[in-house]
Amino acid sequence: MNPDASTIAAGAPIEVDLSPIAAGQDIKVFWRGKPIYISHRTKKQIDEARAVNVASLPDPQSDEARVKSGHEQWLVVIGICTHLGCIPIAHEGSYDGFFCPCHGSVYDTSGRIRQGPAPSNLAVPPYQFVSDTKIQIG
Amino acid sequence: MSGPSDYQPSNPALQWIERRLPIFGLIHSSFVAYPTPRNLNYWWTFGAILSFMLGMQILTGVILAMHYTPNADLAFKSVELIVRDVNYGWLLRNMHAVGASMFFVAVYVHMFRGLYYGSYKEPREVLWILGVIIYLLMMATGFMGYVLPWGQMSFWGATVITNLFSAVPYIGESIVTLLWGGYAVGNPTLNRFFSLHYLLPFVIAGVVVLHVWALHVAGQNNPDGVEPKTEKDTVPFTPHATIKDMFGVTCFMLLYAWFIFYMPNYLGDADNYIPANPGVTPPHIVPEWYYLPFYAILRSIPNKLAGVIAMFGAIIILCFLPWLDAAKTKSSKYRPLAKQFFWIFVVVCILLGYLGAQPPEGIYVVAGRVLTVCYFAYFLIVLPLLSRIEKPRPVPNSISDAVLAKTGSRSTPMVSTAIVLALAGSLFAGSVDSAKASEGSDTPPGNKWSFSGPFGKFDRGALQRGLKVYKEVCASCHGLSYVAFRNLAEPGGPGYSVAQAAAFASEYKVKDGPNDAGDMFERPGRPADYFPSPFPNEQAARAANGGAAPPDLSLITKARSYKRGFPWFIFDAFTQYQEQGPDYVAAVLQGYEEKVPEGVTIPEGSYYNKYFPGHAIKMPKPLSDGQVTFDDGSPTTVAQYAKDVTTFLMWTAEPHMEARKRLGFQVFVFLIVFAGLMYFTKKRVWADSH
Repeated sequence: MNPDASTIAAGAPIEVDLSPIAAGQDIKVFWRGKPIYISHRTKKQIDEARAVNVASLPDPQSDEARVKSGHEQWLVVIGICTHLGCIPIAHEGSYDGFFCPCHGSVYDTSGRIRQGPAPSNLAVPPYQFVSDTKIQIG
Repeated sequence: MSGPSDYQPSNPALQWIERRLPIFGLIHSSFVAYPTPRNLNYWWTFGAILSFMLGMQILTGVILAMHYTPNADLAFKSVELIVRDVNYGWLLRNMHAVGASMFFVAVYVHMFRGLYYGSYKEPREVLWILGVIIYLLMMATGFMGYVLPWGQMSFWGATVITNLFSAVPYIGESIVTLLWGGYAVGNPTLNRFFSLHYLLPFVIAGVVVLHVWALHVAGQNNPDGVEPKTEKDTVPFTPHATIKDMFGVTCFMLLYAWFIFYMPNYLGDADNYIPANPGVTPPHIVPEWYYLPFYAILRSIPNKLAGVIAMFGAIIILCFLPWLDAAKTKSSKYRPLAKQFFWIFVVVCILLGYLGAQPPEGIYVVAGRVLTVCYFAYFLIVLPLLSRIEKPRPVPNSISDAVLAKTGSRSTPMVSTAIVLALAGSLFAGSVDSAKASEGSDTPPGNKWSFSGPFGKFDRGALQRGLKVYKEVCASCHGLSYVAFRNLAEPGGPGYSVAQAAAFASEYKVKDGPNDAGDMFERPGRPADYFPSPFPNEQAARAANGGAAPPDLSLITKARSYKRGFPWFIFDAFTQYQEQGPDYVAAVLQGYEEKVPEGVTIPEGSYYNKYFPGHAIKMPKPLSDGQVTFDDGSPTTVAQYAKDVTTFLMWTAEPHMEARKRLGFQVFVFLIVFAGLMYFTKKRVWADSH
């Protein structure tokens, strides 16, 4: 009952062009049936994410570990709440990041869980920069 | 089923079979001669009611499966086509969907009855555990069935529930992938759920056979909780129990028919009339009502794994009930304290159910935690403790003694009544509080609709005017893709003739093809065609309308609703009020205001609407006075337009509504007469036994 060959084949890596996304904006793309948020973070948002005392977080992880160095402005996360799988809304909640409407989990500008029942941070999908304005997810 | 039978059929052919397969003896000993305690009350008819419901669900389900398409792209549409085009498809679907709820109503009564009268105690432990297994199987079946229509609530319910298994340490993610058959809930998930939804009812039927077998070995419990001793304590199953069960089933069918024919959507969720969309989570995901208490338990625990364990634990704990409650006296009738706590427990379960439907914030979270503790405390503290400290009243010597004594002293459980009242009061206060705080949108005003109530019919004039408004105004942006031109000439609709419908269709250009040259071409519409949509796909609709796709209007009056709140949702079940959708649609059409109130900011490209959730609507004010002309002299005002087009859209959402209500009336007359006959037959049969 595991995924069949066609489902796996359809889950091959995809490329996303980042150049149309202005600072402060984000887009949602689908990969393997999952929504992936790609946020072009502003300077303020990056600073907010880095000013936090990592040890105080429910799921401690530094912002540096969640983005690619040299591309700090880009946050790429799977937009599925780690609680029960709803899609959090971007730019909402008290941490300027994501807010899940189902059970009230709040994520910060690095996609880290800050409040609510979710046990862990929004997952970072496997991806790499093909060029400065293009990433490959998967 | 207890021991070899000495039954011999009189017919020689049956005798021939009986010698080779003693099936008639089995039936005779199980359902005819089987001794049943003579003091059983009507709570004992729920076993028969449940068997009836299981049969009903399997029967309607098998027929529905003949018409249903388990494919993520087609499932939603195939369900709509069942309701619209299959002969009595609307009836089949309502019977099956409402039937699931009624099945759970009956099973909850059955379980609480077992709890109250101690039916789980020695020697009926296995019987009880088999019942818990049936209940678990029912929950799985019901959940997977709810996914099949592939609406928004189906999809997101499936996502939330399957994600519960990701809480399992280490192997959780693999389990979830196995359930999905992919990387997210999708077509493979729908296919396997359909397969399992078809399989599990037969598994249930199998366990029911074991349940009945165990029942007939241990014998039925009874309200006094003393085992039958002599023949005087029992009556034969047929005709006594048979006729009583038939009366019970008929009364239950009245309730069932009330929902099938008059309030088919009351127990469902409006969001499930929106096709599944993996990109948008509904703001408020709620499971079906019968899971709500457990959903409330899940949500009241802030840790994911612990929440899931508590939720499953709340059901599994029932298996241990025979050993948690060690009291010798079975029936709570003779246990003054257990009786009080039983009713408190019932109230706790109902309140948990109410909380499961509320947003997880503020007072609701706190209340949920308190009640979760109460739920578990009943099993883990109250029952073990009571069996040690309670002094039960003396039980009668035998069942016949109990029947003769007819202990008529019905002392009202004062304490529990007070608790019920206090809790109901706090519930009311809580809901008033939350209504005040509800996120900005006014409650739509109620309207007088020609189609409301048990005898409601569509106003033909309003339908025809509404069609005109749709065609001249709404149709430029909104599709009506489930409605065919032929529907306009069908009974219960706008009342056009077949020729008029054909003429109406021919005014439209419909894309057809490919022709012999392989090209697509346009031709005039035919009655069998559906209303063409203004945009080729959702993306085009989105792009042309500033990012917000205008929804298809075929089902809009059923897909929109607003929160009624306590106590209104209870009154609605009796008054048959189910026009939230039409009230909302009519209110939004008239809810535009130039002046934006203070404190509300409307983004660029949106408009202020008093009744739209959040107030910022992308649709510009669609209707203005005098925009559409009417031939019948009706006022050409926005209010009239809104009312007519809403009536029309109610018809598009449910074209067979008039047939449903008409058949409902006939069924009710029949059932009431039949129930009356059953009652008097039952009285006659039991005349000597009381």
